[in-house]
Amino acid sequence: MKEISELQLPEDVRYAEDHEWAKSQGDVLRVGISDYAQDQLGDIVFVELPQAGDRLKKGDEFGTVESVKAVSELFMPVSGEITAVNGALEDAPELVNTAPYSDGWMIDVKPDDPSELDALMDRDAYLDMLKGSEQ
Amino acid sequence: MNDTVGTNGLIFNEPLLWEKGAPGRTGFSMPRRDVEPAALDETLAGDGPDFPDLSEVDVVRHYVRLSQWNFSVDSGMYPLGSCTMKYNPKTNERQASLPGFAGAHPLLPEELAQGALQLMFELQEYLARITGMDAVSLQPAAGAHGELTGMLILHAHHAKQGRPRSKILIPDTAHGTNPASASLCGFHSVAIRSNEKGVLDPAVVAEAMDEDTAGIMVTNPNTLGLFEENIREVAEIVHGKGGLVYADGANMNAVMGVVNMADSGVDVLHLNLHKTFSTPHGGGGPGAGPVCVTRELEPYLPIPRVALGEDGRYRFSEDHPDSVGKMHAFHGNFGILVRAYSYIRSMGGHLKKASQLAVLNANYIKEKLKGTYHLPYDRPCMHECVFTDKNQQAHKISTLDIAKRLMEYGFHPPTIYFPLVVHGAIMIEPTETECKADVDRFVEAMKAIAEEARTQPDLLTEAPRIPKVRRLDEVTAARKPCLSG
Repeated sequence: MKEISELQLPEDVRYAEDHEWAKSQGDVLRVGISDYAQDQLGDIVFVELPQAGDRLKKGDEFGTVESVKAVSELFMPVSGEITAVNGALEDAPELVNTAPYSDGWMIDVKPDDPSELDALMDRDAYLDMLKGSEQ
Repeated sequence: MNDTVGTNGLIFNEPLLWEKGAPGRTGFSMPRRDVEPAALDETLAGDGPDFPDLSEVDVVRHYVRLSQWNFSVDSGMYPLGSCTMKYNPKTNERQASLPGFAGAHPLLPEELAQGALQLMFELQEYLARITGMDAVSLQPAAGAHGELTGMLILHAHHAKQGRPRSKILIPDTAHGTNPASASLCGFHSVAIRSNEKGVLDPAVVAEAMDEDTAGIMVTNPNTLGLFEENIREVAEIVHGKGGLVYADGANMNAVMGVVNMADSGVDVLHLNLHKTFSTPHGGGGPGAGPVCVTRELEPYLPIPRVALGEDGRYRFSEDHPDSVGKMHAFHGNFGILVRAYSYIRSMGGHLKKASQLAVLNANYIKEKLKGTYHLPYDRPCMHECVFTDKNQQAHKISTLDIAKRLMEYGFHPPTIYFPLVVHGAIMIEPTETECKADVDRFVEAMKAIAEEARTQPDLLTEAPRIPKVRRLDEVTAARKPCLSG
């Protein structure tokens, strides 16, 4: 597993406590899981995602991610409507491991309240949280 | 013996049965036909199944060779946490193969099955006495099946009160099957976080418990190998809101004859005969998951039940209108019940000693390996102890590598990456089966592996190299499963 200093934590996304990231793309937010999350989970073998059109609240489970170790739930970082899901993950779940912030994205959400994005952590706050949890 | 236990004995490669044999080869010769051929209705005819042509010795060697690839509790220590892989005494097999038991047909009339009925009746009584509960059903075929039966009983109880409930509380240290069993019964599970000591905090339970919650499913001892010391207080909180306490008794091996489950506030409890009561486990099953309840919940037990009439005759009793119904064809896995009965009768009053020794062995390992491996909850444990790979992470060695290397020392790996509340968990349950010398050998192996992690990490990351089959590619197997031969 990676040391904290080895993690990729881009500046242009915001982070949730449950290790999802969200990034503004026009009027939707793109959501995935962080490098830390994919590294902790290990090799991901299956990703279960919702359907476009589903409406979910912040904190609701929007899917699951299964690695050889365990199945983990995915939680909505904001409330809103799912506008698209990454169908490529069905055949290539490893994209979450290899490119968590790009090809390994999971869902696009049209947020009910776009300002909810600002309530998520920036890189430094997320890094502090990770350092805290390592002790 | 100074050499390591694991060696590469003469283990044979073996193809699939479909790749063996030759056309026309057969296990026995059909008698010569002595009647005239008759035409067959064409709708009933067709190509036969694709079975290989094999002789008897082809088949025997095939399975004997496959069996030599196996590891079992008959070949060595099997410290698989939360599974209680204790030795299965051979007398159990002898009793179960008595013709009167082995040959009994489930449709035998009661008067011709008195012995079998008596055994079931007495086993119910024994399990009730060992756990402190009032009534028992032997029907469920496995632990999770017992959990489902228990959930159906909770549901039936609340429905009878005229107020069905929708939620169930499940601690994060419960067995993984608990939420699945609750969901199958239609309950919504609410996760309860354990406290910094690894056990339930009554205040957290009180906050989550309401009048739409059917009860709590608590594994005690829990999957950290810790006794839920606040169980009485938790039970009072749950009962106070009209809920029931379900205990997953899969870890009962720690507390046989020590804890009275009913006194601790438990309303429903399941047991795993294939764990605590030494019946075969894993591929050697099937299992059995009896459900024990308080007197108040007895009307909901599955039917038919075994009863003792005033005339001293045993009979099946079906007239229980509030019962959750049948959970299994006939009377559960009867052959397994015979084995558990045999174990209980063989052990008698020593059952308590078995639990004490199981707890002693686990605590001994915990103390011996503490420091070498990171121990997240440093306090007296019950029948199992949970370490992590934290001390080895600096060498890029993970729990999986440690488990794989252990195979080369002749031990079955412990349970790994469970419970989920511990990162990189290594969960060790030695059971009472192992003597001190064998436990010491295990401890030495674990210490040697920790040293190798530091000095020769390749030995771990490339392990196992000695066994017949090297490390499997679990990732490709899960991502691109090949489901046909």
